[in-house]
Amino acid sequence: MNNILWGVNGLMPSSLVLAQMNLDFARIAESIPFILTGINVTLQFTLISAVLGFIWGTILSLFKISSFKPLYWFGMAYTSIFRGTPLLVTLSLIYFATPQLTGYNISGFEAGVITFTLNSGAYISEVIRAGILAVDRGQAEAAMSLGVRYKPLMLDIILPQAIKNILPALVNESIALLKDSTLVSTIGAQDLLRRAQIVGAQKYVYFEPLLLVAVIYYVMVMILTVASVILENQLRRSS
Amino acid sequence: MVKAETDKAVAIQVDRLYKSFGSLKVLREITTEIRRGEVVAIIGPSGCGKSTFLRCLNLLEMPTSGKVYIDGEEITAPNVDVMKIRQNVGMVFQHFHLFPHMTVLKNVMYAPLTVKKMPKAQASQKALDLLKRVGLEEKADVFPSRLSGGQKQRVAIARALAMEPDVMLFDEPTSALDPEMVKEVLDVMKQVSESGMTMAIVTHEMGFAREVADRIFFLDGGKIAEDAPPDEFFSSPKSDRAQQFLEKVL
Ligand SMILES: Nc1ncnc2c1ncn2[C@@H]1O[C@H](COP(=O)(O)OP(=O)(O)OP(=O)(O)O)[C@@H](O)[C@H]1O
Ligand SMILES: [Mg+2]
Repeated sequence: MNNILWGVNGLMPSSLVLAQMNLDFARIAESIPFILTGINVTLQFTLISAVLGFIWGTILSLFKISSFKPLYWFGMAYTSIFRGTPLLVTLSLIYFATPQLTGYNISGFEAGVITFTLNSGAYISEVIRAGILAVDRGQAEAAMSLGVRYKPLMLDIILPQAIKNILPALVNESIALLKDSTLVSTIGAQDLLRRAQIVGAQKYVYFEPLLLVAVIYYVMVMILTVASVILENQLRRSS
Repeated sequence: MVKAETDKAVAIQVDRLYKSFGSLKVLREITTEIRRGEVVAIIGPSGCGKSTFLRCLNLLEMPTSGKVYIDGEEITAPNVDVMKIRQNVGMVFQHFHLFPHMTVLKNVMYAPLTVKKMPKAQASQKALDLLKRVGLEEKADVFPSRLSGGQKQRVAIARALAMEPDVMLFDEPTSALDPEMVKEVLDVMKQVSESGMTMAIVTHEMGFAREVADRIFFLDGGKIAEDAPPDEFFSSPKSDRAQQFLEKVL
């Protein structure tokens, strides 16, 4: 387990690496396509988790503004548990407990998607709840006075306005998700980080592959950040 | 459904209506009838419960006790479909509450489309007709943020009319408007009243109340303290409280 979790052990004498600084990407050239394939895995993983987490977070946020107390308490307790537990613990729990409890041999990717959906759902539900509460109460009253029922009221009137206000926060949540996605490398999913570690272990060079994926992560995060800034400006102009 | 033992000519019947917020007793025993096609102006000092009374008529506030009947149907009965009732009772708010993410046309056609499941072409045609009626057909495709206050309120009236309600409630429809826009909204309301609509209007526009209303309710102390035709009320209010109120606003 230790080795799986910390495949980067070889990096530890970092003072040595820093002292030498003789980077040689030629040594890992043939493995670079293998590492780059990890971009797909990481993006797929992030995208699926973000979409499912958004849907689940929306449902949870409706629980949390519900006047039906059991739903309200469930939403609150759920959020509290997921915010109060380290992601790596939840991830390991789901990865190792699922086969034990259900007999289903869950893959690292699947365990990751489930964990990240459940976890980001908790965070996103808080964001959406705040967004819903920020929509003028008059909007709901106007719709109710027209006889609009709960579901269309939420889907057509309240949520579009709420989500418009919280789009930047949602992008930030996706950025966090992208970075946290590296945790799935600990349970064997072949994401970007895991692939760098594998190459490192094969070639006994860790600095180059890790540096490569660090840059890739940074670029991906920057793209999302710039997108969110553009989005924010556009929203500000339109309102 | 429980039917009130009244004739068809009664649009709204209120029977011993009480409403409290916690320990604050806002409405204390309101009993009245509003006949079909009648226009009632509700006036009274700030905080006397005018909005609360109006909102009890479409159950945006749940009465603490008492009964309300619309078209003979008790809307305060335990198992009624509140949404069904609200389809029949339009409301216009002080701050318009147009849907900001929909065009003017979408605002007006949304409820017929969603609530009444009206075909899209028909809903859109109906919305255009209504916009024409309030003089805003050329604004059909703009978003509400591009409209003046008076235009917004006229769209809000069209939106409420689109459900073809039997009763329209107005809660200070001109109080948030710049003075020069008050008239265009009052004109539309007057036109609606002339079409035979039953209307309950909370307003500070005494001239309008006098001209358009059939009856004035003066709300005070949680009750309808006076209920009289406008001429009678404005020329010789019975209570001192009404007299004082009129001195202040006229
Ligand atoms: N949801 C609520 N919760 C608690 N108190 C309320 C609520 N709504 C109204 N009130 C109180 O009830 C009283 C009557 O309010 P209401 O809005 O009906 O008065 P109003 O006659 O419409 O006043 P205004 O002329 O200022 O609009 C006020 O004291 C108000 O503070
Ligand atoms: Mg009021």
